[in-house]
Amino acid sequence: MKTTIPKEELIYSGHLACQGCGATLAMRYTLKALGKNTVYTIPACCWSVIDGPFPYTSLQIPLFHTAFETAASMASGIQAGFAIRGKGDINVVAWAGDGGTVDIGIQALSGVVERGDNVLYICYDNEAYMNTGIQRSGSTPVGAWTTTTPPPHFKKVPKKDMVAIMVAHHIPYTATGNIAYPEDWIKKVNKAKEIVGPKYLQILASCPPGWKHSSEISIEVVRLATSTRKWPLYEVEHGKYNFTRTTKKFVPVSEFLKLQGRFRHLTEEEIDVIQLLVEEHWADLCAKAGIENQFADKLEEYTEKVKKNHPKWFHIEED
Amino acid sequence: MRKVITGNHAVSYAAKIARSEVVAAYPITPQTQVVEKISSFCADGEMDAIFIKVESEHSACAACIGASAAGARAFTATSSQGLALMHEMLHWAANARTPIVIANINRAMGPPWSIWTDQNDSLSQRDTGWIHYYCEGNQDVLDSIIQAFKVSETVSVPSLVVLDAFFLSHTSEPVDLPDQKLVDKFLPKYEAKWKLDPKEPHTYGGLTGPDRYYELRYNLQKDFLRVEKVMDKVHQEFKELFGREYGRVEPFMADDAEILLVVSGTISSTAKQAVVEAREAGLKLGSLKIRVFRPFPFDLVKKYLKGKKAIAVIDRNYSFGGEGIFYSEVKSAMYDDPHLPIYSYIAGLGGRDVAVKDILAIANLAKEGKCDHPTWWGVKL
Repeated sequence: MKTTIPKEELIYSGHLACQGCGATLAMRYTLKALGKNTVYTIPACCWSVIDGPFPYTSLQIPLFHTAFETAASMASGIQAGFAIRGKGDINVVAWAGDGGTVDIGIQALSGVVERGDNVLYICYDNEAYMNTGIQRSGSTPVGAWTTTTPPPHFKKVPKKDMVAIMVAHHIPYTATGNIAYPEDWIKKVNKAKEIVGPKYLQILASCPPGWKHSSEISIEVVRLATSTRKWPLYEVEHGKYNFTRTTKKFVPVSEFLKLQGRFRHLTEEEIDVIQLLVEEHWADLCAKAGIENQFADKLEEYTEKVKKNHPKWFHIEED
Repeated sequence: MRKVITGNHAVSYAAKIARSEVVAAYPITPQTQVVEKISSFCADGEMDAIFIKVESEHSACAACIGASAAGARAFTATSSQGLALMHEMLHWAANARTPIVIANINRAMGPPWSIWTDQNDSLSQRDTGWIHYYCEGNQDVLDSIIQAFKVSETVSVPSLVVLDAFFLSHTSEPVDLPDQKLVDKFLPKYEAKWKLDPKEPHTYGGLTGPDRYYELRYNLQKDFLRVEKVMDKVHQEFKELFGREYGRVEPFMADDAEILLVVSGTISSTAKQAVVEAREAGLKLGSLKIRVFRPFPFDLVKKYLKGKKAIAVIDRNYSFGGEGIFYSEVKSAMYDDPHLPIYSYIAGLGGRDVAVKDILAIANLAKEGKCDHPTWWGVKL
């Protein structure tokens, strides 16, 4: 089968990632799209370890490690340093985990995007502080177990919608990705590469130890995030929404949840709440993209279901 | 060209004539005029630099480190809370060996809010691995920044240049703005010893185990040991080109003094006047200004303090639960001279005025051996 994925590898085979690590695939595909004329800065995250201990590295591009909350501002400085020396064509990439992006690094990221700095910011989202041993982040989804959200205190608030936050910054280009859809991702990275100004991409990356599934089903699990519409694939170019993948087939979110130990404790009512959140987000995206929501009936169905019977921790307006 | 400018504008002019290529800064009183002036230099095309108007001082420092790692000359200015917010990145800059220069307008730390001068903001950054300059006047500010770039880039260690809030930042003085060609000769375009380069990819700052980290810190200190020699050479070169003389310390009527004041910042000027007046009144007073605090000039302090009857260290700072911070350093320098009485006087915290009469009174206390270890001079109880 012929694919559009470039053959060039800019990541060495040796690295320190866990088996089935989604973040490593995310890096591999991203570098294929970006090519050699690229510089990375990486804050504290799994990738500060995956790359390898000094004096080893698993990347064939320059990498500058930086402090947790500074991926965006460090990238901005690197880009300015290149630009003033006539090397503004180098792709400057801030590569951060979800904690470093949606929590501790959000201020610096907001600054970079508001200023319009020519930086590509990529968040590989494994939905918790995985490097420090699976603590909840602002990107951990509703219902998830982490070491700091042990049931019954599992996470009861939704993950931050960073793409919406970026759109609210009038960012020229932002998109979601999924390591199970590398061609879609590479297209998006290629598009981002050509745009002068801030770009924000967020790629869902499975984490077998953190999501509690076996490593060989890593791709299967994360693919279900998109086929259940829990993690839709879309892009927003100058405020214009566009789905890059859509589906007509209803696959319940439980298909995604049931493969992972982090959702094992959830009751049926709680899973219904998650399904409702999926439908609400999907409906919102359809409205923004100006397309008809083919799952409008599901939104109605789960709204009614949840109204009738929902866990105490979830608030919904009753009739 | 001589121009009457504030300390803040001396900082801005220094950033310009040092040909800073990337400036990343966030406004804070009393530093704001620094960034306003740099903004207008950039807007007028007088300065060929990229000015990143960051959303915090933490990001300012990060962006400067990034620019420096990309091979450009980077500069920022801040004050007090801003410098405290940078703290993490100050360590990062020093440990990454990026030779950036920061001007810090000394301002007391809150709460309560204070915009006036004292040194606790910068002295809290003592152990971050930076070179520290304390300035006495606006010419000193301008010249120190230019010198700091040269020293920093030679040894790959960043520099902090400190000036007092309001006493310098908002006070106008005549300042000689050196000829750009001479400055370019003194401080050529920055050629980084290492930089981020896709043609030569390396990883910087990756996880380093106990078997290697220790040596990296030893190397930093090894380069710190070079700083004094480099500085002395830079001062000599500066004198030859610009005619102004600088040292790591500055003695004033110190050689024949019986009582010696050890001072820093703008108190140094007031101390000089006190020395002159004391001499007229028959007291053999002298002063020693500590201009470079890191690396601490142990050799010169030993040289000038040796054989004195008493030393009065005036600290516009305090290490709570400890003592005056310059006092600690001076005592440490004089460890081999246990019979030398060294007295500690705290003065001027939060911008409280330290006048000639205060310094004369402190000198007389030292002469009589009166000190409460320390004496909080002028504290209203």
